[in-house]
Amino acid sequence: MTQTTDPYAGTTDSTEGPVFTVTGQDWDTIDVSDLQGDRLVINMGPQHPSTHGVLRLVLEIDGETVRDARAGIGYLHTGIEKNMEFRTWTQGVTFCTRMDYVAPFSNEAAYVMAVEKLLEIEAPEKAQAMRVLLLELNRISSHLVCLATGGMEIGALTVMTCGFRDRELILDLFEMITGLRMNHAFFRPGGVAQDLPDGAIEKIRSTVALLKKRLPEYAALCNANPIFKGRLKGVGHLELAGCLALGLTGPVLRSTGYDWDLRRKQPYWGYDTYDFDVVTRDEPDAYGRFRIRLDEMWESIKIVEQATERLAGMEGLPVMVADKKIAWPAQLSVGADGQGNSAEHIKHIMGESMEALIHHFKIVTEGFRVPAGQAYGAVEAPRGEIGCHLVSDGGTRPYRAHFRDPSFVNLQGTSVMSEGGMISDVIVAVASIDPVMGGVDR
Amino acid sequence: MTDPRGDRDARDAGTRSQDVSHESHDNLVRADVTELEVVEVREGAFGAHGTGDTSGFGGLTRPVVMPGPSQRPYGGWFDEVADRFAGGAGLEGAIEKVVVDRGEITFYVRRQLLLPAVTHLRNDPVLRFEFCSSISAVHFPHETGRELHVVLHLLSMTHNRRIRVETTTPDDDRHVPSVVPIYPTADWQEREAWDMFGIEFDGHPALTRILMPDDWPGHPQRKDYPLGGIPVEYKGGTIPPPDQRRSYS
Repeated sequence: MTQTTDPYAGTTDSTEGPVFTVTGQDWDTIDVSDLQGDRLVINMGPQHPSTHGVLRLVLEIDGETVRDARAGIGYLHTGIEKNMEFRTWTQGVTFCTRMDYVAPFSNEAAYVMAVEKLLEIEAPEKAQAMRVLLLELNRISSHLVCLATGGMEIGALTVMTCGFRDRELILDLFEMITGLRMNHAFFRPGGVAQDLPDGAIEKIRSTVALLKKRLPEYAALCNANPIFKGRLKGVGHLELAGCLALGLTGPVLRSTGYDWDLRRKQPYWGYDTYDFDVVTRDEPDAYGRFRIRLDEMWESIKIVEQATERLAGMEGLPVMVADKKIAWPAQLSVGADGQGNSAEHIKHIMGESMEALIHHFKIVTEGFRVPAGQAYGAVEAPRGEIGCHLVSDGGTRPYRAHFRDPSFVNLQGTSVMSEGGMISDVIVAVASIDPVMGGVDR
Repeated sequence: MTDPRGDRDARDAGTRSQDVSHESHDNLVRADVTELEVVEVREGAFGAHGTGDTSGFGGLTRPVVMPGPSQRPYGGWFDEVADRFAGGAGLEGAIEKVVVDRGEITFYVRRQLLLPAVTHLRNDPVLRFEFCSSISAVHFPHETGRELHVVLHLLSMTHNRRIRVETTTPDDDRHVPSVVPIYPTADWQEREAWDMFGIEFDGHPALTRILMPDDWPGHPQRKDYPLGGIPVEYKGGTIPPPDQRRSYS
């Protein structure tokens, strides 16, 4: 048998004891003959397929039991908050949509809610219904990713293939409505970027019908599966008091039986007029959270259906505030060469009205001013409360934008959920929090 | 329920010795007017400064004014919470000012009394702000003596209310008491504020960088820290990085 040699592997000494670097297939190169004690600190990630992205876990283990777990983050920090200070209020959406890339609409929603609070305006009814529609579709697609990756990490690969298959249906809808599968920048201060395209209502209806056929597959595959239950039940346990102290919201909080959901408790954009239930469970573990996400997808489908019916009766209504000092001047349309400004708008500003051209130029390059002050907008994202704290100095750009991302806050539960358990349970516990590192690191 | 007037007198008595100007403002400002606070004055716009400028932009002067202290009644449940908050044991003079703006209430709390203030906010059954949603910091380099603000967004799930608690610290003494003993969720959020603004949270269990690398110099979200970037050439023209472009504000 030939021994694998790895140029990066080897042993170095530190004040805490020897440090071994192993990269797989080379465990037999480690010489433990002169080691004292059983305490072993292992570094899991940030490049590890089971840590949900670039999350680094520092685990102190005793055999297979985790004695101490710490999460290291920051590997995906992109300075989105700082960048937003150098762009107009409208351009801000383009940045914040990239934070939690699995639930981009929630990022946009928190941001535009805060901007609209500062401007003291309200989006038109149709824009609100479109936002609700997209947010709920996004909740389904986000939960599907959570189930899919969580399943993959424990070896349930069928759940993964099913989850990504069904998410694709929703991404197709997003592409039809917003033009993009993710990073939409579709919610704008004062409304949404574009009206629903022709045929969207029919496509939503047929997709919802297909989803209703496919969603029961997850329950049939997993709910009573003894291996699945064996891996998830009792793992990542966290009671209500722990959730409140550590700031955990979303499915993790609702798995303790507390029905805290901002859509119901502090309704926005007409959520109080939709008929749906807040799903809770008295099983504060990974299995309870899995079941909550399954049931929440059905509640979201209920909301999507109601929003679709409302939108079907709102044809031709505005999707942006009437105030021309805030609304984006142009409408997009599909031209001969793909997307562009509508031909009528170009004709108007280039051939008919000098003032319209000046207005277009000013609002696109300078943007609008937002009265000085601060506001906090919070919405119920698939992972919990996403909040946006915005400070305006009265200028054309945010003076400060800060996001309270649910993944960032919820990840603080890692230690308490996984200490005392096995290494394999750490994976399940982290997957039940469902962190998205783009949101954690921003 | 405590008498609102009694509370107010107690608060005034507490602040009088420390802040005389605040008291005189109360007499000058009418009850229905919100006084604004100038935190900065900007001159020029769109890259134009001084002589030789024919655009007119160079002559622009714009004061940056934030909403100032509000007068009673604040409206809704704000008064009840404000009374109860100000009446907390050991909190005389803790509240610097109260700002009600756009349907949200902000309590400016002196940093020395931040910990007893949030303890009272969490523990009092009428207040019961048991959940700390968010902690962020804001840098106002022109607000001398109060350059750095720490902003806490507290949520009472019991009463379904949100408040904002804000505290300030001078740039040359960047110390704010940590609220981790009261809200353990503040751990990472305070580390982020330290990382990005250089605010030291006294009493934090392990105040280390969280998003930037451990050996990173400086605190990136301060206003004196550049955004960075390189000029981009496109079809013969050169576009400077975003923080060096001309801007309107």
